[in-house]
Amino acid sequence: MSYLLQRLAHSLVLLWAVVTILFLMFRLMPGNPMAAYISEALNDEQQQLIMAQFGLDRPLHEQYLIYVWNLAQGNLGTSFFRREPVWSIILSALPNTLVLTMTGLVLAYAFGILAGAWLATKRGTLAEGILVPMALATRAAPEFWLGMILLTVFAFSLGWLPAGGANSAGMFFDSDLHRIFSRDFLLHLILPAVTLALYLQGLPLLLMRSTMLEVLHDEFVTMARIKGLSEWRITLHHAARNALLPVVTAFALGLGATLGGNVVVETVFSWPGLGRLLVTAVSQSDYPLAQGAFFVIAVVLIVLNLVVDVLYGLLDPRVSHGRS
Amino acid sequence: MASSTRGCRMAAPDMAARRTTVASGLASKLARLLRDPFTVAGLTIYAVLIIVAVFADLLMTHDPGEILFRANGRVAANQPPSAAYLLGTTNLGRDVYSQLIGGSRIALVVGFTAAICVAAFGTLIGLLAGYFGGKLDAILMRLADLALAIPFLPFAIVLAGFSRSSTTNVIVAVVLLLWPNTARVIRAQVLTVKERAYVEAARVTGASDARILFVHVAPNILPLTFLYGSVAIGWAILTEAAVSFVGFGDAKNISWGYMLQDAFVSQALSRGSWHWFVPPGLCIILVVIAGFFIARGAEDVLFPKLRS
Repeated sequence: MSYLLQRLAHSLVLLWAVVTILFLMFRLMPGNPMAAYISEALNDEQQQLIMAQFGLDRPLHEQYLIYVWNLAQGNLGTSFFRREPVWSIILSALPNTLVLTMTGLVLAYAFGILAGAWLATKRGTLAEGILVPMALATRAAPEFWLGMILLTVFAFSLGWLPAGGANSAGMFFDSDLHRIFSRDFLLHLILPAVTLALYLQGLPLLLMRSTMLEVLHDEFVTMARIKGLSEWRITLHHAARNALLPVVTAFALGLGATLGGNVVVETVFSWPGLGRLLVTAVSQSDYPLAQGAFFVIAVVLIVLNLVVDVLYGLLDPRVSHGRS
Repeated sequence: MASSTRGCRMAAPDMAARRTTVASGLASKLARLLRDPFTVAGLTIYAVLIIVAVFADLLMTHDPGEILFRANGRVAANQPPSAAYLLGTTNLGRDVYSQLIGGSRIALVVGFTAAICVAAFGTLIGLLAGYFGGKLDAILMRLADLALAIPFLPFAIVLAGFSRSSTTNVIVAVVLLLWPNTARVIRAQVLTVKERAYVEAARVTGASDARILFVHVAPNILPLTFLYGSVAIGWAILTEAAVSFVGFGDAKNISWGYMLQDAFVSQALSRGSWHWFVPPGLCIILVVIAGFFIARGAEDVLFPKLRS
């Protein structure tokens, strides 16, 4: 319990630090943050009035306190460009990003763990000679480029799958849940999710393979072999279980890269998620929206890391005991 | 004062001997590295990259930014690969092959500058945190936690997008967020190295902290620095490509990422202009994978236990 509280406190401090950096980053940027909002046609007095509306005429520390206070109340401000509350724009994009990320991760880790465990039993074979460099190559490839290739093949050349977006134009749904479980949405999800999975599977595959190689030499594996268990049973039931921990760690550490990396995949497939929102906001100089999107990505990241850490403590009690 | 100078004088020959053992230790590790096929492949790719970047002016057949015209006076747009245009042309009649060659320069500059900064910065912080411990260690490691908690690519995009789009900003973003990985590993290594007998011996002879840190501890850390540096090259190039792809790259520098963005927004995908968007991606893969290969080989040599 005390471990849980400690982790929670740590996450809160981290969150506060990220918020502070975010504030400084956006305030200290060169150029007027209001350039997109204040028209040249307004006279000085009107410009001052708008600046005052946004609290931008106050000293920096006051702006900071207002900003933190607003955030604490869940107020992310109003988009300069769309003139809508940032919160509602982000809420409509968040489910798309979470579904895409989770689908990609699950596909990648399911495949990577199984293929990695299998490859560990194939040392020195042709399969190893081909698949290990392939796994390295997909890790080295820019995700958006993998997406471009898949897009060209499956959407433009073969015409099997839609080329972009999360839903076909003109589709209406009663609720977000109906939308996400519709056939149309799932068809749109395939290419971006596979792209993400293709990029992500290299790490679990290689990690699983190398930890399996270590575990396969352990005594309990020899014991299982002496008992006459089948090779496949030894691999899955005995070795793989013990090789999984580092993969879980990598999963947690990889979350950051995954959520961040979504930005480019979402751009390739015009996927209406948080990453694409961030890119559009930055290119339109929409400060509140960009700041909000960045903030939510960071929060999701911190929360997921907290969850994984707690789960990890349950999975391997040595972790939580060692630290407290 | 007198005793400390005597200590130094006594230690001098010993130190020279140690330096040679460190040097020969590194040399034997290097020799083992060069027998590893992965490492050799990685180093070869880097060598080719450097040669191409240096002789880019000779290798380019056209100016990468120039709009080319055919004999009949029309723009040589969307040409397939031919003898005149080795990899064809873009939708605005620019030579893809020349852009590809020119892009190697940016990859080289971005990759190596960022990697050297990440490795140097990370190593320095890891050394200080590990060696001095206490409050300094706590502060530096909390900073590392913080840097790792910030979403990497969004940070680079915001930094490059809101300030004047420039390659420098991409490098700054990479260095600001990537040093903790190196620093953590170096710190852990320093914690074990500083307990060794020769460090204790140096302390007894009255060597200063700075001397122990940089003369006795640092050489044992160096291989790790190279390991993390070589992976950072790939990260930097991938980050530059991603930032350019979402449209916040430096338009003056035609990088591989910029080429891909150009192809993407110019409908090269629906037109099936494979010759345009496949080569830059392959180049990025090659350079990034070279870092992985070298890191892999280095790991085998540094941690031979994993090899069995």
